[in-house]
Amino acid sequence: MNRNALLFGGVALLYVLTGFFQSWNTALAIFNMGLISAVMALGVNIQWGYAGLFNVGIMGFVALGGLATVLVSAPPVGEAWAAGGLRILIALVVGAGTVLAGVLTFKRMTPGRARNLAVIGIFVVGFVLYRTLFDPARDAIEAVNPSVSGFLGGANLPILIAWPVGGLIAAGAAWLIGKTALGLRSDYLAIATLGIAEIIIAVMKNEDWMARGVKNVVGLPRPVPYEVDLQESTTFVERAVGLGLDPAAASSLWVKILYAGLFAAVLLALIWLTQMALNSPWGRMMRAIRDNETAAEAMGKDVTRRHLQIFVIGSAICGMAGAMMTTLDGQLTPGTYQPLRFTFLIWVMVIVGGSGNNWGSVLGGFLIWWLWIQVEPIGGAIMNVVTLPLPDGSGLKEHLLDSVQHIRLLTMGVVLLLVLRFSPRGLIPEK
Amino acid sequence: MDLLNAFVALLNFVIVPATAYGSQLALGALGVTLIYGILRFSNFAHGDTMAFGAMVTILFTWLFQAIGISIQPLPTALVALPFGIAVTAAMMLLTDRWIYRFYREQKAKPIILVMASLGVMFVLNGVVRVIIGPGEQRFNDGERFIIRARDFKEMTGLSEGLAFKTSQGITIVVTILAVAVLFWFLNRTRTGKSMRAYSDNEDLALLSGIDPEKVVRVTWILAAILATTAGVLYGLDKAFKPFTYFQLLLPIFASAIVGGLGNPLGAIAGGYIIAFSEVTLTYAWKKVATYVLPDSMAPDGLVQLLSTDYKYAVSFTILVIVLIFKPYGIFRGKAV
Repeated sequence: MNRNALLFGGVALLYVLTGFFQSWNTALAIFNMGLISAVMALGVNIQWGYAGLFNVGIMGFVALGGLATVLVSAPPVGEAWAAGGLRILIALVVGAGTVLAGVLTFKRMTPGRARNLAVIGIFVVGFVLYRTLFDPARDAIEAVNPSVSGFLGGANLPILIAWPVGGLIAAGAAWLIGKTALGLRSDYLAIATLGIAEIIIAVMKNEDWMARGVKNVVGLPRPVPYEVDLQESTTFVERAVGLGLDPAAASSLWVKILYAGLFAAVLLALIWLTQMALNSPWGRMMRAIRDNETAAEAMGKDVTRRHLQIFVIGSAICGMAGAMMTTLDGQLTPGTYQPLRFTFLIWVMVIVGGSGNNWGSVLGGFLIWWLWIQVEPIGGAIMNVVTLPLPDGSGLKEHLLDSVQHIRLLTMGVVLLLVLRFSPRGLIPEK
Repeated sequence: MDLLNAFVALLNFVIVPATAYGSQLALGALGVTLIYGILRFSNFAHGDTMAFGAMVTILFTWLFQAIGISIQPLPTALVALPFGIAVTAAMMLLTDRWIYRFYREQKAKPIILVMASLGVMFVLNGVVRVIIGPGEQRFNDGERFIIRARDFKEMTGLSEGLAFKTSQGITIVVTILAVAVLFWFLNRTRTGKSMRAYSDNEDLALLSGIDPEKVVRVTWILAAILATTAGVLYGLDKAFKPFTYFQLLLPIFASAIVGGLGNPLGAIAGGYIIAFSEVTLTYAWKKVATYVLPDSMAPDGLVQLLSTDYKYAVSFTILVIVLIFKPYGIFRGKAV
């Protein structure tokens, strides 16, 4: 325990030093994303550490959480709903009905040529019907004032509701994936999740009627007050001046602290829940399955079902973290979801922190996120020294200085490989 | 005449591009499948290995262009390719020595090797971006077309043109050569036979005195040859951009799994299945339909089943269907 306290203290010191040497604003900004990263790492740790499931589609689940914030909190666009809202809903129902009918026909009919023809027929007819309903409705919605809206908008509910909703949407996607890929060879889940993540991003980039695609949804409502309002409130300004702070800087700090409070509440609740789960009979069963599937199966445990359960729970946590992140950003920008940043970086956090240990994942989340942000300035400084002997304006020097931003990929890869090799149990190993 | 025009349009927009793309996927999937067969893990770094190989080849191409070596009308990249392969093979042997061998000796679970390959992917991705940058590079300097659309129209008098790019021709020829040599190697040579024996039954192969480290080394070299070739051909045909190579991972894995992981023949078939499905489902059939159908039935829309942005969804859907109905692929691969 002593060692763990020391590790957490060390990471806290990194943030405090950032506060002193750069600015408290920066330190808090990194800390907020660190909290969200820790939640993501917890979700992945549940899947990998408890059950040994290898999910490389975290980005997709995070993005679904982001989508949830728009669907829940954005004000509805009445004109767009009038133009084609109902029609698009009917089209989606027809699409879902087609898939359901196809699956049911496949399950109910006896195998043979008749069944194959029936299933293909259902899909062809359903697809044509879906497109004839969907296309005009989509065009009508996207034609409504395309420069500022052109989408259906959301439910205009408080944005905090989006967090659990994001979790639910991610859980639904995870259920679909888990149903197909779990119970097969272990790398199949990896490949399937890699694929679904790319497709979720492609859908979010291209379906403008849903959340404006790459045109982004900006100005989402916030669960905390705006800086401008704080600066105009006399009580806040008086208090800030009383503390000897500039009101503008203080308002920005105060907003970040409020966010940090919200995120920390979620993180603490999740740690408490996951620790309870880990030490319950359910957690012991999960570890038994992870360590020896055959033995667990012989004891009457339904391995595939438990795997599906844990895969859904872990993905839901990632979805919730995604919703939190979009809330913090105040905008949904599908173009910024990069697998290296949202999938593999989270993996580095889990492995470095210590897979199977919730505290380890949290520590890894804070540490690696800090590193991810700070490697660039540090790398830049090193590169400046390295390129010092080169003449100014030489092509090589410029190229090397430009490449600094890619060095963090390299650093993360090297960190992952080193930890995997020399300390596979991570900084805080599983008990 | 209309039918002929329809056929030429089909050839021009579907069959020729899909064949070239399928060949590139097949070469990539062969590398993945070989590594899976021998080392028994899915190598997630394969896409970035392709990018690395293509990058080295591009650097050599630039060098040769600078000192004035060229083989017009063919692209200089073909001369640079062997050098690219050599560097990539050396890089892969080094990664095996520094990273994968440790886990092999420990008999670690395949999933740990997959994770290590993720780390390698990160590093390679970073190296490629640091060296050549994340932007798009064009390095095809040869004659661009074997047949130009306009010449074809004049020659045949058809209203539809057929363009056959040099890069497509090279892709198809090189793929046929590479596959022929690979199968000759696997089926006829001593080393190739020992590789197949090792892949079929590791213990038995070890008992009969096959040196596992040699088999592994040869596998990495073969994978380097295939990955570099695939990467360079893809770059010649489209353009070189590090991120697209990462995205190729999904169709490549889909190809290898559809054909049956670990089965070289399956990887080739899978590559073409994925490529043809992708191209046919995202092609706008309006032109072909207008020629074939009578005027009264000519379509108004584009008759495009899926927007091209969803091409990865096609490989994914095929992958899911195969996973549900035939988890070991069409040509029964191996299970671990």
